[in-house]
Amino acid sequence: MATVSFRDATRVYPGADTPAVDRLNLDINDGEFMVLVGPSGCGKSTTLRMLAGLEEVTSGSVWIGEQDVTELPPKDRDLAMVFQNYALYPHMTVGENMGFALKMQNVPKEEREHRVMEAAKLLGLEEFLDRWPKALSGGQRQRVAMGRAIVRQPQVFLMDEPLSNLDAKLRVSTRTQIAALQTRLEVTTLYVTHDQVEAMTLGDRVAVMREGVLQQVDSPLALWDTPKNVFVASFIGTPPMNLMPGTPVDGGIRIGKHVLAMPRETVERITDDEVTVGIRPDNLVITDSPEDAEFHVEKVELPGSDAYLYGTIDGAGPEVCARVQTRRPPQAGERVRLGVAEDRIHLFSTRTGDRIS
Amino acid sequence: MPRFLSAKPDARLIPLPWNTPLEHWPLEHLVALPRGISRHVVRFIKVGEEIYAAKEVVEHSAIAEYRLLHDLKRLQTPAVEPVGVVTGRVAEDGQALDPVLITRHLQFSLPYRSLFSVGVRPDTVTRLLDAMVVLLAKLHLVGFLWGDVSLSNTLFRRDAGEFAAYLVDAETGELHETLSDGQREHDLEIARVNLFGEFSDLEAGGMLDTALDPATLVETIETRYQELWSELTEPEEFDDSQLSRIEGRVRRLNALGFDVAELDITTDIDGTTIRIQPKVVDAGHHSRRLLRLTGLDTEENQARRLLNDLDTYSARTGQQNMDEAVVAHQWLTHSFEPVIEAVPESLRSKLEPAQVFHEVLEYRWYRSEEAGREIPLVEAAHMYVNDVLHNLPDEAVSSENLELIPDQGHRRLQNPYDPGQGFADEQEMPIDDPWEADAEAPPQTLGFADIAALRAKAGKKF
Repeated sequence: MATVSFRDATRVYPGADTPAVDRLNLDINDGEFMVLVGPSGCGKSTTLRMLAGLEEVTSGSVWIGEQDVTELPPKDRDLAMVFQNYALYPHMTVGENMGFALKMQNVPKEEREHRVMEAAKLLGLEEFLDRWPKALSGGQRQRVAMGRAIVRQPQVFLMDEPLSNLDAKLRVSTRTQIAALQTRLEVTTLYVTHDQVEAMTLGDRVAVMREGVLQQVDSPLALWDTPKNVFVASFIGTPPMNLMPGTPVDGGIRIGKHVLAMPRETVERITDDEVTVGIRPDNLVITDSPEDAEFHVEKVELPGSDAYLYGTIDGAGPEVCARVQTRRPPQAGERVRLGVAEDRIHLFSTRTGDRIS
Repeated sequence: MPRFLSAKPDARLIPLPWNTPLEHWPLEHLVALPRGISRHVVRFIKVGEEIYAAKEVVEHSAIAEYRLLHDLKRLQTPAVEPVGVVTGRVAEDGQALDPVLITRHLQFSLPYRSLFSVGVRPDTVTRLLDAMVVLLAKLHLVGFLWGDVSLSNTLFRRDAGEFAAYLVDAETGELHETLSDGQREHDLEIARVNLFGEFSDLEAGGMLDTALDPATLVETIETRYQELWSELTEPEEFDDSQLSRIEGRVRRLNALGFDVAELDITTDIDGTTIRIQPKVVDAGHHSRRLLRLTGLDTEENQARRLLNDLDTYSARTGQQNMDEAVVAHQWLTHSFEPVIEAVPESLRSKLEPAQVFHEVLEYRWYRSEEAGREIPLVEAAHMYVNDVLHNLPDEAVSSENLELIPDQGHRRLQNPYDPGQGFADEQEMPIDDPWEADAEAPPQTLGFADIAALRAKAGKKF
């Protein structure tokens, strides 16, 4: 096991005007499960590949533990790409399927068997070790693929969009299995995904990237509760955070006709004439208070026990979504009052996008 | 309703039962051809005279692979031809089915498992590995990172005395401007692991000659690849008295089957040291030349062999100074075509014409040595047909000569359409698996992050 550090790590592709990864500084702790997330082209896969040695580092450095690995060939970095090799060989037992690469490395038989058994215990595959792989389910096959990486006992695991090529059912079961494994394994892991839900569910910490630049690295809860900028605020969360233009006024922030009450010291910290107000759909509640904003319901979705209300504040401005728990959700065309706790309001500078409070 | 994405659609594919999962397709549409192992459901489907390979895979992968195979075709790299992607499949119970990627079955191709199923000589394995190394180098030259290099993802065709390898599966592939050393090394490492697994599997199934050691076999891949790559791309320095080394390098590359499109030649300030480095090399030196001269489209070593015979013909007929194209036309009508015409119609699916010609030349040499006289070419062709060709298995696949290969050695496959299912005599009772039960539980958080669960995990109350 080891720490991983990117120090001003930059990758500029030949002929590109802008870096694919721009001066990345990121420290992954020993045993930590770090998820890199962001939209397509944000530099997350390039980052993983710089660590794996597949992409050259244009400037800066990459470290594993105390070793600068920037110029080291991939095979000397002691990393394992999980799910790289899915094929199950029909004439070899499950145990042989998990341990064959160790045989290639001339690991003695006894040691091989020990490592395979340890990995099988972690993956709940002990009883399958002497079986043929043909009867394994899709999920069990995924576990054997994980086992192949585990038996190698690398310093770091790498997973590059491991769920993206799976069908919906297998995606769910594999995610569950990775999550279960993550808590037992305690091996430093770098996991790349474009899916923020996957990132939030799996990561000890999540690094959000955009256009090659690290936006924020934090625990999933911290990303949710205190996004550092408008991009992180809107990227994390489904449906995304409601973002509305507001004007600082005495006692709060004006949104349309409504004034959202805010503590004086918060309002005083605002130096610009306009701010962006962010409220998560989950933090809006239906109230009876005439002090709260009037919400014109335009569309209602009921995907489960919660109701998703879509509409506008006072019938104007950007669309707002509220996720409410109610036995009798309002209908489209109705008007309701929506309230939000003061500490659930996010304020961002409209000019820079950075968090104010 | 299924939708077809295709550049060159085959209308006969449209009425097939696309709304049935591939593994449940009626056998009347399928053929059980030998093939490698796949993590997806793969079947060979028969439409008239054509055989197609169909693979069930998630939509973005199917479309990405379809496009990538088109790119590889455009770049003239040896890969299977993409035919289309069928999306919008819905089973009878209303469940959405994964799309199907369709590729054309490569005629006269031999998957490695069929070569091994009948026993294989050690030098054949070496030649297969050489073909694989050449394929990998060709792909790397055009900037293709394979990501899943394996025998299962490769098809082989006979190529005179050698093999030519074709890429079959590009699912994990990526096309780059150029590949970094790390990317090439990554592909090589994957090749080593996958091939070791595949050879170990053949060994476990009793299909690998005991003289062959999987570890030694995979070691040769790396050395041979490094040698080839170095010859194709490395700079070479020499002094100005050795200018013939420029020509020598070009000749060596030609001999390996590559043309030099750009050679970078630099000299030091006083002009005494010369440095050369191939910048752009294209595979297919001999096959392009043969195609230009005769219109015959062959593999590289077949072309080399035919061109050698053309040179011999030219010398023998005293036409060394004649226009090469004119001599080539004569050779085609006086040598090549009579040999091919000596093969009866019923035996034409045994081997490709260029391979037949190569084998007749070989046969003629041995027989002439034995007879102490040179046997005329057409006579040798008739003898070869009777002595050899007659007894060979068909290597072309068409609806007339379908040879189902359900068995490997003396054991029967569990499912002749899927070698990944192993042997039929390996029956086992199911085992309870609590992990599977967990996975069956309805997902609560597939589309939404469960913040309450995160807070609970973080030990916070809210």
